[in-house]
Amino acid sequence: MNAAPLLAVEHLTIATAGPHGVPIVDDVSLQLDAGATLGIAGESGCGKSTLLLAIMSITRTGLVHRAGICRFDGLSLFDATERELERIRGSRIALIPQNAGTALTPTIRVGDQIDESLKLHTDLDRKQRQQRIVELLDAVHLPTPATLARRFPHELSGGQLQRVAIAMALAAEPVLLLLDEPTTGLDVTTQLGILDLLVELRRRTGVAMVCVSHDLGVIARLSDRMMVMYAGQSVEEAPTSSLLRRPAHPYARSLIASIPRLSVGAIPAAIPGRPPAPGSAPAGCRFAPRCTKAAAICIAAAPPLSEIEPGARAACHFPDTAPLIWPAAEGHSKHESASSKPLLAIDDLVVSYARHGLIERTMRRPTGANAVDHVELSLHPGEILGLVGESGSGKSTILRAIAGLWPALDGEIRFAGKYDLDRPAATRERSVLRAIQLVFQNPDASLNPRHTVREILAQPLRLYFNLSRAAMAYRMSSLLRDVRLDDGYLDRYPAQLSGGERQRIAIARAYAAEPDILLCDEITSALDVSVQASILHLLRDLSGSRGTACILVSHDLAVVQALADRIAVLYRGRLVELGPAKGVCAAPAHPYTQALIAAVLEPDPDHDAGRVPAPRERDDRVSAGCPYAGRCSIRIERCFEEMPHWHDVATGQMARCIMLPGAVGAL
Amino acid sequence: MIRLILQRLGAAGVTLIIICIMVFAAVEVMPGDACTAFLGRDAKGTILEKCQLERGLDRPALERFGEWAGGMIQGDLGMSMNRNKPIEDIVGWRLRNTVILAATATLFGVPIALLLGVIAGLRRDRPVDLILSSIAIFSMTIPEFVSATFLILIFSITLGWTSGVVTASYNAPALDLVASTALPTAALSLILIAHILRMVRSSVIDVMESDFVLMARLKGVPFRQIVWRHVLPNSLLPTINVIGLTIAWLLGGMVVVETVFNYPGLGRLAVDAVSDRDLPLIQTIAIILGSVYILTNLAADLVSLLLNPKLRTYRT
Amino acid sequence: MTDRAAATFVARRLGVLGAVLAKPSGAFGVGIVALHLVLALFGPLFVPYDYAQQNVDTMMLAPSAEHWFGTDRLGRDVFTRTVLGGREAIVISTLATVIAMAWGGFLGIFLALVGGRIDEIIMRGVDAMLSLPWVLTVMIFVTALGTSSSVLVPVLGFSYGLAVIRIARSAALDFVARDFILAAQARGERRWTIVIRELLPNVRDALSVEAAMQWSWMILGFSSLSFLGFGVAPPTPDWGLMISDSRGLMAVAPWTVLWPMAALSTLVIGINLAADAFAKVLGVDRTRKVPGQ
Repeated sequence: MNAAPLLAVEHLTIATAGPHGVPIVDDVSLQLDAGATLGIAGESGCGKSTLLLAIMSITRTGLVHRAGICRFDGLSLFDATERELERIRGSRIALIPQNAGTALTPTIRVGDQIDESLKLHTDLDRKQRQQRIVELLDAVHLPTPATLARRFPHELSGGQLQRVAIAMALAAEPVLLLLDEPTTGLDVTTQLGILDLLVELRRRTGVAMVCVSHDLGVIARLSDRMMVMYAGQSVEEAPTSSLLRRPAHPYARSLIASIPRLSVGAIPAAIPGRPPAPGSAPAGCRFAPRCTKAAAICIAAAPPLSEIEPGARAACHFPDTAPLIWPAAEGHSKHESASSKPLLAIDDLVVSYARHGLIERTMRRPTGANAVDHVELSLHPGEILGLVGESGSGKSTILRAIAGLWPALDGEIRFAGKYDLDRPAATRERSVLRAIQLVFQNPDASLNPRHTVREILAQPLRLYFNLSRAAMAYRMSSLLRDVRLDDGYLDRYPAQLSGGERQRIAIARAYAAEPDILLCDEITSALDVSVQASILHLLRDLSGSRGTACILVSHDLAVVQALADRIAVLYRGRLVELGPAKGVCAAPAHPYTQALIAAVLEPDPDHDAGRVPAPRERDDRVSAGCPYAGRCSIRIERCFEEMPHWHDVATGQMARCIMLPGAVGAL
Repeated sequence: MIRLILQRLGAAGVTLIIICIMVFAAVEVMPGDACTAFLGRDAKGTILEKCQLERGLDRPALERFGEWAGGMIQGDLGMSMNRNKPIEDIVGWRLRNTVILAATATLFGVPIALLLGVIAGLRRDRPVDLILSSIAIFSMTIPEFVSATFLILIFSITLGWTSGVVTASYNAPALDLVASTALPTAALSLILIAHILRMVRSSVIDVMESDFVLMARLKGVPFRQIVWRHVLPNSLLPTINVIGLTIAWLLGGMVVVETVFNYPGLGRLAVDAVSDRDLPLIQTIAIILGSVYILTNLAADLVSLLLNPKLRTYRT
Repeated sequence: MTDRAAATFVARRLGVLGAVLAKPSGAFGVGIVALHLVLALFGPLFVPYDYAQQNVDTMMLAPSAEHWFGTDRLGRDVFTRTVLGGREAIVISTLATVIAMAWGGFLGIFLALVGGRIDEIIMRGVDAMLSLPWVLTVMIFVTALGTSSSVLVPVLGFSYGLAVIRIARSAALDFVARDFILAAQARGERRWTIVIRELLPNVRDALSVEAAMQWSWMILGFSSLSFLGFGVAPPTPDWGLMISDSRGLMAVAPWTVLWPMAALSTLVIGINLAADAFAKVLGVDRTRKVPGQ
């Protein structure tokens, strides 16, 4: 460690502009040797992305560099001229953006965007550059690189764009790659492919990496060392494997513990409270107000980042040294459903978003791909059913059809054995409307910004119940208590609440109707992981105590598994596997379920995500048979031709795949 | 792509038909007809009857509409009330003159507006931007007849550089007209520039804040190249349609500006027609100006269709 | 609405006005508009002369202590006529704005919520009507019906309302796709309840700013009509008419046009500055708009 590090950031402070600017990144230092990797973890608003941009000496509009230095390869970047910076950016340091869809210029062909980098930073002539572009696109495993280079960004899929962005970053062979949430927003199986690619590139080229992510699973796979940020500060820094196993800082411990894990199968512990807003951080330790171990000194003095063991530093007065112990699966009794009559029965449901002409409608002939394609499901009283799949799998569409927000093209949805839910919400009976309530993914959008919490909660009460003023007030405060809030929230507007609080209000609004069925559409995916855990606890307690049946839609298998009794897996509108949560996660039968489970990234250094062959890149061959045939790694020709039947694989667990042992004969 | 073009053409055609129907229907729905408007609301007796008979106003509305619309397609625009001669003879030259004035103002104003808008956008909140934006707001808000009158007061009366009114006759050669249109052009361009400048400025600011411009900086692309390759194409594309709409909107302002400068165009003819209570003439002028508006928008639509890769590579 | 919610509501409104007045441009704009309204309202009480009094002895006098703004070609006091010259424009444009906002705003929000065929057909018609320059639409009506204010108010209200439909519709469309509208539909709320309780509070800000802008355009439009001779009848004082009347004498008596020009421009600029300040405070984006629409 005698040689100077490749990158050294010392006491860097980035603040909002103006005389009363508040720091967004506060006194952060880090070092990186050539070829090394560092992961920076933290929740939204902790300053991690701002820090990453500052490494390239760029601040977004409204932010300014206040103090500290950033030295790259001996050059102090904040003192460098714009000329010098232009020579370094894109050539020696390159950044892979969070969302390549918006980071690529829409009017320039993707090949030309890569060419721009090559032209600026290499001496290659036109012909060599063309060749290099094809090589680069090939190196990121894009099919038909020569034709793809001539495409515009809007013609590519999200995963393809992310690969193009990686190719562009690699164009001038940088020695340092900065990754800003490189896989956020991609489907899990696509994410896995991108991460594999990055790991492979690192092995092949020896490039150093700084990776920022809220997803500890991504950091666990990509980095040797990691740093945890909280409220603009670095609270802990250590080798990734030891930090994940033995986090020393209470925030790091709670953050890691709040992540749901497939291997544990229980709802993780939540962190109480919320991070301080920029500028309102307490004088002492910033985490003290939320810390269970906080003592007088924590409030009085901010702990310095100090070495707790060789190579590991933490900013805490009472650092922990014990390994993190996973709570064993709690003894919460899951629901037994076999005997009771179903509350909701979905039979042969077909839903399409395509506009149907008169002919198609009268012929009942589906046009093109259906969002939901002949799905059968049932929900029993008090049961929690998980609906899992990637974007476009039709899982949210099923909820909309049940709620009467989108008409079914074919099939039947029956509620309580007698009500046909074939009608749109506007023409349904009050009692049926009341019994089925919906909670949306993003509470920012599902709560009217111009209504106070009081008005929001009053709406269902007014609509479904005939209550006196006093009874209404009583109901509202008991609802707020149920979601762990108090009467002080009644006159606030949604904008005055945190994301987690908003989602609690949305849940309270749904429970105000005293529903029999609660439909939850990705209700935690817009929230930070530490808040997610508390919402999951809330949902389990409420549905448990009231016996509400739930359909829980999520792309995150770990979340679903923690809560659900049964899991249904969807792919492109088709149900491919159905069974008890434990069984489906422990022994998935369908190749798609297997791929989904393999793609779950546990924040565990020992976790190995390569148990099953990765799915293929999309194959656009139209499949009349199994919808997954195009991407399946064990498919045979027959898969394209016939839709496999259901096949029992264990008690209550069934899957639709002809490659299951014994399934071929059953056809 | 071809389908999109056909769609646009079809939409323009439909709009034109709707305009014709509405202009015709508006007069039918209102109390009275072309003859009562011309002769006065209280006109009675033989003069009125003779007028109505001459113009066939006793026949059912649908029949007259068919005849009127059919005539228009063949270039027969009907008879003027007051001048009692075919409208196409009156309108022809004036339309040419109006187009000359509008084209001069556009050719002069649009490049200046684009340039200033880009400068203001790139120098956001700096003195240049503040000055340009304030002037723009100022010239957008004062009415055309005020700014036109003010221009005459300064350049014609005080400075004596140019004549305050256009003296060329309506059928003068095009070049003679252009020579005397300095002040009307200036009056029209002022508003045109103000509107387009504001639009371009905010478009440039949006694009400068976009992820892809940040990405270009992170790639080490020099500022000049960022502006030319990344900012301009993406910020000017959406303004093409707006430019089309603004030019078309100018047609309304033409009525006032032509009157102030006594310019022999369609706008002034419309004012005269109103004074003469010549309903058929004003209906025709409305339809002509409406068609110009539709054509300008159609052209802008097609240009942006050709330039925008997102639309150009649209697959159906 | 409970008392506390009402209090929050009032506080918010007061807060908005305070924030507007805190901006120099906002305070300036609101101040000018207020001054104009006061002059229009109380002008008749303090103007020194009769606005219609012609006097051959005092023709085209330059501004003096006696006639602050000078006199016109008929010897009438320009100060008196300028102070009173906005009354007609303000009254007519205010009434017409109310009409335009009411029918345009209502129809726009309704179309956004209903969508589908009805929306498509009506908007096609609206777009077609908007492609006629508004002056010509008004001129067709004026030719047939004359120029009394009982014609001008509904005609201006109708033709400007067409543009309001588009604005109200697009403002409402921003919210129609949001989940809280879906939530209300899933709850089984009636369509009317959704328009009034869920949509209206959200488009209210955008529409108030729009109303201010429509008002300023309406004043411009009305003045242009009077300038062309289709507005008020002489000898009623009106800025547009005064300018067109005295235009020929600009070389010898520039004060006869300059004062009404200044009065009209300050009012319109004042409204625009105030509206811009309100738009900024309320977070309404108005920069990407097409002129006149």
